[in-house]
Amino acid sequence: MIKLNNVSKEYPRRGMALVDVSFHVPKGEFVFLTGHSGSGKSTTLRLIHMAEKPSNGEIRVSGFSSEKTTRRDLWKLRRRVGFIFQDFQLLPGRTALENVAFALEVTGVNRKQIRPRAQRLLSQVGLAPKAAAQVNELSGGEQQRVAVARALANEPVVLLADEPTGNLDERASRGIMELFLELNAMGMTVLMATHDLEIIRRHDRVRVLELDQGSLVYDSAGAAVPAGGAPDA
Amino acid sequence: MHSLREAIAGFRRAPLLTFLSAGMVALAIFVVGLFGLVAYNLRLALETVEARVEVVAYIREGTDQERILNAEDELRRMPEVLSVRYLSKDDALAKAQAELPEFQQVFSDLEVNPLPASLEVQLQPGSRNPESVSMVAEVAAAMPFVEDVRYGRDWVDRLFLLRRIGLISALTLGAAFAVVATLIIGAAIRIAIFARREEIYIMRLVGARDSFIRAPFLLEGGLTGLFGGVLAAVMTFVGFLVVYRFIFRLEWIPASWIGVGIAAGALLGLLASRLAVGRYLREIT
Repeated sequence: MIKLNNVSKEYPRRGMALVDVSFHVPKGEFVFLTGHSGSGKSTTLRLIHMAEKPSNGEIRVSGFSSEKTTRRDLWKLRRRVGFIFQDFQLLPGRTALENVAFALEVTGVNRKQIRPRAQRLLSQVGLAPKAAAQVNELSGGEQQRVAVARALANEPVVLLADEPTGNLDERASRGIMELFLELNAMGMTVLMATHDLEIIRRHDRVRVLELDQGSLVYDSAGAAVPAGGAPDA
Repeated sequence: MHSLREAIAGFRRAPLLTFLSAGMVALAIFVVGLFGLVAYNLRLALETVEARVEVVAYIREGTDQERILNAEDELRRMPEVLSVRYLSKDDALAKAQAELPEFQQVFSDLEVNPLPASLEVQLQPGSRNPESVSMVAEVAAAMPFVEDVRYGRDWVDRLFLLRRIGLISALTLGAAFAVVATLIIGAAIRIAIFARREEIYIMRLVGARDSFIRAPFLLEGGLTGLFGGVLAAVMTFVGFLVVYRFIFRLEWIPASWIGVGIAAGALLGLLASRLAVGRYLREIT
């Protein structure tokens, strides 16, 4: 579902953000991507979402290759890969329902279906009672649920989450984690970047990938990873 | 539907800028329109003047009639020639007396008729240009009994030059204004984009097509340009009325020209917004 082959990313000023990273996440797997700040977690997710191209190597996501996918075709990938941010990235001044409906509207869903589908998505994340609330009136946990509902609008097969619990208290974090595990149980592939070791410890059956200074240094599926390589998945 | 709603929201967000953009487009097309009006009337005037373009070949004294008749036939066979008229010495004198009555006395005192016989060659309507005129003149001048050929070459050349200068200045000035209009519409669209940058970012994130993101901005730019085009047509018409009423009578330009002007406005608006939104979409991911 997600495959990185010897991926490196170099920025003109910052230098190497990723160094020869390879790993494979099969369909339906839940994976934590961990490491200190600046270790390359966000860069990895951005590359998988094809917001940027790798300097070297190839990324394959749900049939899309970073070498062949052009800017023009990006929308097809984006409908198969949902993205969740630490800061939610919701449209302020709109209700929870409107935020979810927006994603449906701009991807060309039939007008009549938009409202009921947005309602259903909010129910799925347990936020149906707050549908009419302005997003800035919601708690952090609730806002993140709206973001998840929005990410699910196009029925993606992969969910990428960049520190989704970073701005949440422990209770809200647990709620979001439960939601992700539920989605994963329904067959969705989830790759979640987090530096919260407590969450990782609590879910000890989830595979963990660890980055350090842009290199993959640990993969719980194959224990220690030699520099520049990854176990065959 | 979504595009139209967003485009109207765009107008509401920056009405002054929208009006400024439309005004700039209007000014660009108005300049071209005014020159179009002048060019059109110049063309009508030229057509009248051109009908009078003729080549006159003066014939040496004592040339026998048969050679003149042969020459007439030769000229008449040229595809550029409409008609050839022979004017004898007596005809020339009679014509001079009729056209210059103030010299009546001088003409009647003459003992010898000083005026030469001539052939007056009229050209076909499509051949009244400098090239055809000088070609016919050269053929006539090559005839051995022809003393001199007159066809007001400078005059014909100048009329054509005038028309060309008019066209070039209209296009240059129009193009300069069009560039400014494109920049202003571009700025207006960039402001509209800036106001909606969060939405655009999320649209990209959730997989909206670029064409879907672009559509409202293209519509906004196109409508601004269209409005500018219509405004230009109105301004040109007002200009026409003022000249017609207070300076001299002239003809209003054909409807198809106005159609082209308005379409050019819409196209200019589309182009400007396409450039602006295209550049922005390349910047974000």
